[in-house]
Order: sequence, then C-alpha cells, then structure tokens
Amino acid sequence: MALSTEEVRRIAALARLRLSPEEETRLAGELSAILDYVRQLEELDVSGVEPMTHALAAGETPFREDVVLPGLSPDEALANAPARSGTCFQVPRIIE
Amino acid sequence: MSAPGILDRSLTDLAQALSRREVSSEEITAACLARIEATDGRLHAFLRVAPERSIGEARASDARRARGEARSRLDGVPIALKDIFLTRGLETTCGSRILEGFVPPFDATVVERLEAAGAVVMGKLNMDEFAMGSSNENSAYGPCRNPWDLERTPGGSSGGSAAAVASRQVFGAFGTDTGGSIRQPASLCGVVGVKPTYGRVSRYGVIAFASSLDQVGPIARTVPDAAALLGAVAGHDPRDQTSSTLPVPDYLAGLEEGARGLRIGVPREWFQGGSEAGVERRVREALSAYEAMGATLVEVDLPHSKYGVAAYYLVAPAEASSNLARYDGVRFGLRAPARALGDMYGETRDRGFGAEPKRRIMLGTYALSAGYYDAYYLRAQKVRTLVRRDFDRAFERCDLVAGPVSPTVAFRLGEKLADPLQMYLADVYTISANLAALPGLSVPAGLHPESKLPIGLQLVGRPFDEPTLLRAARALEREMGPSPAPEAIG
Repeated sequence: MALSTEEVRRIAALARLRLSPEEETRLAGELSAILDYVRQLEELDVSGVEPMTHALAAGETPFREDVVLPGLSPDEALANAPARSGTCFQVPRIIE
Repeated sequence: MSAPGILDRSLTDLAQALSRREVSSEEITAACLARIEATDGRLHAFLRVAPERSIGEARASDARRARGEARSRLDGVPIALKDIFLTRGLETTCGSRILEGFVPPFDATVVERLEAAGAVVMGKLNMDEFAMGSSNENSAYGPCRNPWDLERTPGGSSGGSAAAVASRQVFGAFGTDTGGSIRQPASLCGVVGVKPTYGRVSRYGVIAFASSLDQVGPIARTVPDAAALLGAVAGHDPRDQTSSTLPVPDYLAGLEEGARGLRIGVPREWFQGGSEAGVERRVREALSAYEAMGATLVEVDLPHSKYGVAAYYLVAPAEASSNLARYDGVRFGLRAPARALGDMYGETRDRGFGAEPKRRIMLGTYALSAGYYDAYYLRAQKVRTLVRRDFDRAFERCDLVAGPVSPTVAFRLGEKLADPLQMYLADVYTISANLAALPGLSVPAGLHPESKLPIGLQLVGRPFDEPTLLRAARALEREMGPSPAPEAIG
C-alpha cells in the first residue's frame, strides 16, 4: 500500500512535525515500504490472543503509598527553559 | 602494576589492584583520560569527556580507600555512560540536536547507584539519536567507529559504549537495549553486553524510547566484569513503576560453575541461512564447545520469531511517537523562534529531530491514529504474546537458548544508510528477547575466519534468570581464552 503525500502531511500535522516537501516525498516512499513489510503480521491468526499490555507478571510491581517527597525546586525545574518569566515557562502567544 | 599496563586488564583485575592499593584511582583515571585523548579523535566513542569531574571522583575514591572506607569493589573504577542517562550537571543530549545544551537537574537511578558504589564516571558516550539505529550513524554528532576497523560501524544504538570498552578507554559502560542496542554493538566490537530482564534495572532518569521494551544493561570486556556492573545497578526502584521487586541475586556467585548439565536450546529458525557463513560457523563452533563442556543441545522452535521485526517496528515507533512528544520547545532543549505556539512546535521538532526519529514518529503516529490502532499496534501486541509463548514452550525443554546476535559482522559505514528496512533487519535475532521481556546477552565467540572481525554468541534465558546466562557465557569465555584487543585503533 502506497502512502500518499497528503496522508504524510496529515500524520505530520498530528505529530507536530513541519516537513519540507522533499521530506514528505521521501517519507511517503519509506513509510510505504515499511508498512508493506509489517503487513506480514496479517498472516497470523491472533483471534483469542491477549495483547501483551504488561511486560511483567502481576504482583512484581506493586502500588506504593502516595506520599509527598521532595522534588525539583522551581529554579532547578526552570534551569533549562528556553524562555521563562518569573517561575513560569514562557511560550509564544497562544490567542491572538 | 603500572597504570598504562593495567588498561588492558579486566575491570575485575583493576578492582583487585585498587583494593590492594597497587594502583590509585587517580593514576588509572588519568591513564584512561590519556587513552581517550590519544584515540577518540579517530574513534568518536565519546560525546563528552568529563576530565575534572572524573579526576575529582578518583581522588575522593583514593581518599576513601586510604581510610579503609571503600564503598564497593567498583570504588575508583573508571566507567562511562551512554548519553541517554541523565547526569546531574553534565550535559545529556541522547545523540540529538533537540537536547543540545540540556543539563539535567537530577541523576538517573543507575547513575546514583554507580556513584554510591564509588565508580568514576568518565563521560557520556556516542549513540544513535534517541537510541534509534543499529550503526551509531544516526547520532546527530557524527558516527562512532569500530575499533577493529575504522571504516566500519561499532553497531548501535549503544555503539559508543561498546567501542569505548573494546578500545580500552574505560573498564565498563552502560547502555540501553530496546531491540538489540546493547547486544549487537557488543557482538560487533568483541565485548560482553547484557540486556537484563525487563524490569530488572530502573529506568528512572533514562531518556525513554519505547517504554515497554527499553532496558538498561552493562557492556564490559569479561563476563565477571559485566556481572559486577549489573549487580551494582539492579534492583527495585520506587521511582520506576516497571521495576521489579524480586530480590537481586549475587551475579558473581556460581559464575564459575561451568556449562555441565545445562540444556541449551538451539532455535531452528535462527539457523536457516539468515546469517553470513562465517558468523554461523563461529556460532556452531560455540555450540559444539558447550557440548564438549558437558551441556546438552536441544533443538527448539520459535515459530513466531520471524514476525519479530515487523511487530517491533509497530510497537517501538508507536511508543516513541508518544515519548518524543515532550520535545516541544517549551521546558527544555531546542526552541525555534516563532510567533505562534503551533509554529514553534513544528519548527522546533523539524529542526531538532534527525531523519530516523522523524521516520519513527511518523510511523508510530500513523500506527496509533484513528482507524489503524487495531490493525497495527494492537495486532503487534498480540504477536508479542505469541513470541513470548514460543519461548515459554522452549524453556520447558531447555534452560536457555543460543544463537547468533547479528546476522553479519560489523558492516561498513554508509552501507545500510539508504535503506531503513535493511538497517532494521540488523536486529532480526535480538528483537525477540525485547518483545518477550526476557534477559539476553552477547558473549564473544571468536573472530570471522576471513575478515577477522568479532562475532558474538547470543544467549536468551528465562525471566530473571540472568545467573544461568552469565554462568553459561563465562564457561564459553574461559573455553575461548582471553579475547584479543582490537588493533585498528593502536
């Protein structure tokens, strides 16, 4: 199955990726080839098979008490911020 | 023992020399720094060396030893970390431009535990961007090279980790393995690499790629070295919801018990001509060596293993597309200038991510998007159940399974870059252990008869049965004798 560049553009929008027209064309080809390959899973009858939603057996990772523990200070949390305003992350305008 | 001479020795030997105070941590750390200085211009195993920090840690270790207060056998041992582990105050990029300049405000649990053990962290190692790749060529900072042949890949994604250990820059390293990223580079560089059972080592502070598959593990020059490193970091961490509460055994106990009595499963599907002849020959010789040591070979079937790569390339990108959503230019890392928030997201992610993360984000977003979830992600998760059942059935008749790690020896840089699918198939034998959440390792099985490049044997075991894997790997290591050092790097 070939993925169209329109479809690539739609997925890129969902993934918040801005792609160049060249990237869109290249990805349409590459993703089509990969999807053709993974489609071999359709040969398998998986009816009645439980999906492996947890890699560990139940009980190996018990719940813990919800207790307050020290975390990062606001300055530590903001130390890598590209832009900050006081104790907030600053971002471009959202509403015009 | 002189510091330069000891660079060729194992971590275990160094630990002993340190405890006898025949060498100081400062001497050996300085020797490692000199070795890195002399070799890394050609190798590029390190993204960042931390000379002051490591010398400071080494002096502190020597002071502890002088007071008789060594923290562990690893106290003062120089190691290094794949650049995927958060290190407080030391830049961590995960091989990506999008994290250039990111200085973590906290340490990964693995880093905390290594420091608590007294290990000296020499710096951060090269890797494929976000651990996506099998050749280290996807690093945004340029590829690492194989110390056996500088025109070839060290493997990936933990290529820098394997190359640094093989080339005697450090005595051990930590990597991560999502589809083979510890075992494959270990195999291609002729060192030992262990991917423990999913849940055995905390992933707190380890930059996430595919959360149901990622696992942390050591790379070292000998099996006892790897066992000691694994023991230092394994065990429950309340900060990682997927870390197991099962007790951690002493990985060094029983290591020398040999292979006698082991039942080694030989999966028919791993020996059907999928590997180059030299690889298959060395792997079969290793199996014969086990027989000669008193192990029994048992033919087993893993009928769903051939679907592993396909299932993996749905599950891993799907999880990656979610995990990599956090790189949006808001809280850390790169931010592209833009007037509106939506433009900032798009521009930041376009400039910050390389081709492979973009490809996987796109694939994963597609596989999870409305109307496709059942056909792709859910089906792939069901196939994982089938892959695991194959192993469970095999382990009714054997204690571990053995086969190749990589279908080829180290390939040339650039050889698979143009075709993503060919690169993905480099992991055909390693992916099953990740899908099934099982422990696996790579142990050197000799050199290719013609190219003289290293070949690893893969062992995969029952959940949390790392001791049996390590014991079997140690038996082969003893049988093979000391692994030769790579010569290309000098």
